[in-house]
Amino acid sequence: MWAAAAGVTGIALLATACGSSDSGSGEPAADGDEQITLTIGTFNEFGYEELIPEYESLNPNIKIEHKKAATADEARANINTRLAAGSGLSDIEAVEVDWLPELLQYPDKFTDLTSDEVEGRWLDWKSAQATDPEGRLLGYGTDIGPEAIAYRADLLEAAGLPSDRESVAALFGGDDATWDKFFEVGKQYTAATGKPFYDSAGAIYQGMINQVEAAYEDPDTLEITAADSAEVKDIFTTVLNASTQDKLSAGFAQWSDDWQSAFQNDGFAVMLAPGWMLGVIEGNAEGVTGWDIADVFPGGGGNWGGAFLTVPTQTEHPEEAKALAAWLTAPEQQIKAFKSKGTFPSQVEALSSQDLLGQTNAFFNNAPTGEILANRAAAVTVTPFKGPNYFAVNDAMGSALTRVDVEKTDDIDTSWTKFVEAVKALG
Amino acid sequence: MVTSTTPKLDRRPSRSQDREPRRLGFGQRLGRWDVKLSPYLYISPFFILFAIVGMFPLLYTAWVSMHQWHLIGGQGEFVGMENFLHVLQQPPFWKALRNTFSIFLLSSVPQVLLAITIAAVLDANLRAKTFWRMGVLLPFVVAPVAVSLIFGKLFADQSGLINAVLGGIGIEPIRWHADVLASHVAISSMVNFRWIGYNTLIFLAAMQAVPRELYEAAILDGAGRLRQFFSVTVPMLRPTIIFVVVTSTIGGLQIFDEPRLFDQFGLGGGDRQWMTVTMYLYEIGWGSQKSFGRAAAVAWILFIIILVIGLINFSITRRIASDSAPKSRKKQKR
Repeated sequence: MWAAAAGVTGIALLATACGSSDSGSGEPAADGDEQITLTIGTFNEFGYEELIPEYESLNPNIKIEHKKAATADEARANINTRLAAGSGLSDIEAVEVDWLPELLQYPDKFTDLTSDEVEGRWLDWKSAQATDPEGRLLGYGTDIGPEAIAYRADLLEAAGLPSDRESVAALFGGDDATWDKFFEVGKQYTAATGKPFYDSAGAIYQGMINQVEAAYEDPDTLEITAADSAEVKDIFTTVLNASTQDKLSAGFAQWSDDWQSAFQNDGFAVMLAPGWMLGVIEGNAEGVTGWDIADVFPGGGGNWGGAFLTVPTQTEHPEEAKALAAWLTAPEQQIKAFKSKGTFPSQVEALSSQDLLGQTNAFFNNAPTGEILANRAAAVTVTPFKGPNYFAVNDAMGSALTRVDVEKTDDIDTSWTKFVEAVKALG
Repeated sequence: MVTSTTPKLDRRPSRSQDREPRRLGFGQRLGRWDVKLSPYLYISPFFILFAIVGMFPLLYTAWVSMHQWHLIGGQGEFVGMENFLHVLQQPPFWKALRNTFSIFLLSSVPQVLLAITIAAVLDANLRAKTFWRMGVLLPFVVAPVAVSLIFGKLFADQSGLINAVLGGIGIEPIRWHADVLASHVAISSMVNFRWIGYNTLIFLAAMQAVPRELYEAAILDGAGRLRQFFSVTVPMLRPTIIFVVVTSTIGGLQIFDEPRLFDQFGLGGGDRQWMTVTMYLYEIGWGSQKSFGRAAAVAWILFIIILVIGLINFSITRRIASDSAPKSRKKQKR
């Protein structure tokens, strides 16, 4: 209870302490003389460790403080609390695409970042995600998560399936890959080996739901439609049937201890892999050989995740913060971040850069990851609508999938009923 | 203390009456005020601080709980008791309450019992006393997050050490993250790991204060070690037991860190098997609904529950304590 108490006291104390900076962007950019410190808040791995000293040496009057949260959820909680308090946010805050819509409800809390300089810098759908209904751009896109299929060549081979990159892509249907085909291959694998095919029902669901245009909410009225949506229920049932009846899922919750240790004992053969997942696989599967990545994705292209840099209006240096955010999200810098941590660029120019396309990954059997992910990014056709309740509904869905696939405490129908109840409670 | 100061105060006025002709100087008047007021001034920092950081948030939370109040959007309409009614009608709330009590009982009861036992062992004549005594406090120094990380590995359903050991002796692996009771046991073990040592030291301090002649008398009466423990040590520890029970009740009903870190989502399991009331509060306020109004209502409900349980606790333990009070008081005076 003290958490809530402390929170509300915070509001009360700070409401009087800080007059809102309604002057907007009146301040001119400091040129040379004035020493200022900018803070930037990110989470997980953005790959900015080397970029920040570089910017500091380019701009001697600016010192940058980098605050890294361990997870996106932690960053979200931090931003929410400090937005509520009215102070304490960094000059630049990184925001994940799934909860960006929650913040877009309060466009006044963020600086409008529109500028000619960055016009057309990002893939259209990427910048559309951070644009409010009045056309203001509230976040500069950093990375995106174009998905490919990562697989264990040795395990596929043992099951009598093809194992080199091109044949695996063809196995899943090449350009016409579908989810049906994906599950079909899974059944072949499981029949041959008796082992689960993929890691988690939740991951496959994520891949499928990210191809639905308006899964959870009505884009016009913002009403929550998830509980009545036949499409959502269909994906839910399909994934869980394949996972539990056909035993294709290893039944892990992603990021759990069991999931992490399963990489070491051949727990599964295939994973959906957005760009940022490659680093995760490499970290968990240290010492395991056989991982590879195929240039294919069921149901066309898919994007999983990606972030934005925003400049909250709380900042005292909006112009300098905007300039830094623009620099960090410029194609050249974004390619450097990709090389360091695998965050795949969302900038049009970066996607065709030889620097990016030539990138290979030794861990994944020297796969041309730059080229594969660029192809996968180009294949993305659907940008799902994510409204203010997306994060909450998806959380409830995650629990619903966990109940059936991981904990096995419910069957598909009762779990769906509980999901519907949970969604109703959001209202 | 009181009995020793009263006579002094009685003597004083009579003395000053003798010297009545003397004018009452400013300094003297100040001195009188000093005597009357300064004790209150000396203890006031606590009460002022409590009013600011304790009382005010409590009342402000009550104010918030009667409004629609969005985390970012701020204060909305006045809705009276609606938030309370909404919360009480939610099945997850009752589930959270069940889990909280279950985890609380599974942790507090063994915690107090084990702490007394370990303290009794440490109270004996050991070699390298300080080493053992400091040793029991070590787990308390470890941050809850680190404890959760370690226990998360131990209690992992498939790859965990505990299930591996159980498998080794032919017992089916326990589904720590799926079964309600199993998850509560796992979480309680984390809580116990951290707090047993802390409570042990409190009990140990109290045990050291027990007059040694009581034990000598007991030995002369022919009491064995076990009999000494139950007939001398435990009765003498009653005030300390009350203290430990009350504090661990408050702590146990507010449990948050351990269950939240029990899996990677922090929601208390797919079916909310181990979601506690504070986690529910957090989820409503900062997670899915961002409703401070409802979160504040949960906070107040929890506050009232803790108050009620605290009073019940107090009255039960006081009755036990008062039963033996005359005896022990006599002994202490000696």
